[in-house]
Amino acid sequence: MSSRDLILGRVRRALADVPRNDTPYEQAVQREYRREHGDRSTARTVDLLAENLADYRALVHRCAAGDLARTVAGLLDAHGSASVVVPAGLDGTWLAETEVTRVPDRAEDTTAALDRVDSVVTGCALAIAETGTLVLDGGPDQGRRRITLVPDHHICVVRVPGQVVASVPQALERLDPARPLTWISGPSATSDIELDRVEGVHGPRTLEVVLVSEE
Amino acid sequence: MSGTFVGMPAFPEAAREAVGNPTLRGNLRHATHTIRAKRAVAVSELDDWAALREAGKQIKDHTLRHLDRYLVQLEESVTAAGGVVHWAADADEANRIVVGLVRATGESEVVKVKSMATQEIGLNEALEAAGIHAYETDLAELIVQLGKDRPSHILVPAIHRNRGEIREIFAREMSEWGRPAPENLTDTPAELAEAARLHLREKFLRAKVGISGANFMVAETGTLMVVESEGNGRMCLTLPETLISVVGIEKTVPTWRDLEVFLQTLPRSSTAERMNPYTSMWTGTTDSGAADGPRTFHLVLVDNGRTDTLADEVGRQALRCIRCSACLNVCPVYERAGGHAYGSVYPGPIGAILSPQLRGTGSEIDASLPYASSLCGACYEVCPVAIDIPEVLVHLRERIAEGGQVTRQGNKAVLKPAKGHAAERAAMRAARWAFGHPGALRTGQRLASRTRRFHPRTLPGPGRAWSATRDLPAVPAEPFRDWWQRTRGGKDVPK
Ligand code: SF4
Repeated sequence: MSSRDLILGRVRRALADVPRNDTPYEQAVQREYRREHGDRSTARTVDLLAENLADYRALVHRCAAGDLARTVAGLLDAHGSASVVVPAGLDGTWLAETEVTRVPDRAEDTTAALDRVDSVVTGCALAIAETGTLVLDGGPDQGRRRITLVPDHHICVVRVPGQVVASVPQALERLDPARPLTWISGPSATSDIELDRVEGVHGPRTLEVVLVSEE
Repeated sequence: MSGTFVGMPAFPEAAREAVGNPTLRGNLRHATHTIRAKRAVAVSELDDWAALREAGKQIKDHTLRHLDRYLVQLEESVTAAGGVVHWAADADEANRIVVGLVRATGESEVVKVKSMATQEIGLNEALEAAGIHAYETDLAELIVQLGKDRPSHILVPAIHRNRGEIREIFAREMSEWGRPAPENLTDTPAELAEAARLHLREKFLRAKVGISGANFMVAETGTLMVVESEGNGRMCLTLPETLISVVGIEKTVPTWRDLEVFLQTLPRSSTAERMNPYTSMWTGTTDSGAADGPRTFHLVLVDNGRTDTLADEVGRQALRCIRCSACLNVCPVYERAGGHAYGSVYPGPIGAILSPQLRGTGSEIDASLPYASSLCGACYEVCPVAIDIPEVLVHLRERIAEGGQVTRQGNKAVLKPAKGHAAERAAMRAARWAFGHPGALRTGQRLASRTRRFHPRTLPGPGRAWSATRDLPAVPAEPFRDWWQRTRGGKDVPK
């Protein structure tokens, strides 16, 4: 007998007490929890995102659409970056005002090469206000998972309010599980040493979020 | 069955040793109290916590009650997404499968993201025996691995080590495994974390094979999910060409939407954060055009005692556990005894009910574990999937003391009563230890009305002989531990 059949057989015998007409999933799980916590205006939801991001030591910046290129250039400058990874589908105007060397996100490049790049600029799939979370789904303006992992400085641009959802339930219903998803809440951190929080172990030590107004 | 820490003394002896170690106790106390206080704040932010907890319980219960169906569906979804599913009835088989998969890649090194399941089956040792080096990449696991030590907490496995000890371990051991610790390494957490970053980065960048567990597997979509903080998980899940995930069958949930419950309750219960810094979700392999992440994905579904646990109608609720570790941090016995005393990768209250079910109660340590509790009920109160740990403890005690039907490796067996034998003696000592340390119990919340229903008409374990001849006193206001304190299970009748 294969182990598959063995295990499934054990499971079935173990569940002999469960009636065949047991309550179906839809009725067995009552979802009396909230879709969103609190009743906020759209502007207040964006503010909450900014607060919760900052609370987790992300550096939060806000700007109008017309100022985005200057903001991004300023952040790369301030960080002293000489090079930046750029996802294939990133809006070219975001980097229009920086002189920093651009490194394209290409499948053939080694991780060691990526390790030598200073910064990465990406968009996101959406952001969750209640938890201060950015979600990347590998879309054209976000690139491969590794580009937001290996470089030490990540600048993530969030269009507000369009890309902001209030809560985790609202986020999941907008995401496609077939895509590889990375949820980011603040920079890499550890509390393994006497529970003292230290930012930056393996992921980027600096996470900067630019909330750009859409109009 | 592997996973037992070989040569472990039974809980009471192990606990007594830990209680006598002031450094350990200090580290533990600091840690559990800090996390406990933070967790309460994080949970209080959500005014629908009770509803989330109930939904989490219902999702897990429903899945467990139809686990055969959901496992088959999971297998189909993972396969359709380009993954390969393997089934392992026990630890040996799981290890054999993983060793075979790694060998097939031709590699002799793997990077690992922290996983309870791989610890449970002793995978690192099995790989080592096959000439494959497995590097733990979670900072705490690295500390444990370099220190040739055992984890002592689900969430913070090196909770028993302070910064001075960690510095010592890094300075002494890192060079044996790869990049040495920097000269003049101090004991500041930032410097220690930086040393780990440099040491491990070498390994991440050259790793061809990654091994992980998973917090959840979605039957509907074939999605696996790992939550973490440091980014080492992302490294292991993203950079290697081959990813092997070793996961207990109970980690299944039916639908994508179900994650909305656990992504709210797990981080807040475990690290007391609104959300952990990183969560990765992947569904099979990404199509080759995108070349994003591992090109080969294997999922090893592990039974190793889970179906036996499932067969116990009272005990099966332990399989709801999402390994948040909240119950450890509130447990007065864990706080004093430390994780090592439980002799298993699952310490604390959940370990006390899970290990003896996964492994059976054949050994003295497993037979003593259901007694490693004051039944104060605090673990149930904090559990985000509402596992009634005290209920299962009492059930297991009764089973050990009075015998009864159990399932072992899929077969029904009858457990003999442990009277006068090792288990009961262990139980006696455990109970005497726990209830002889009122300080260890005072911190627990008093839940008199709740504990009342845990008073069976005849007492299991040490009190059985006494209670067999008379009805238990009605105990409206007296928790079990107080009763024990007063009467020592009938040994010293109160004056
Ligand atoms: S038993 Fe409950 S509280 Fe304890 S680790 Fe499991 S889910 Fe968390």
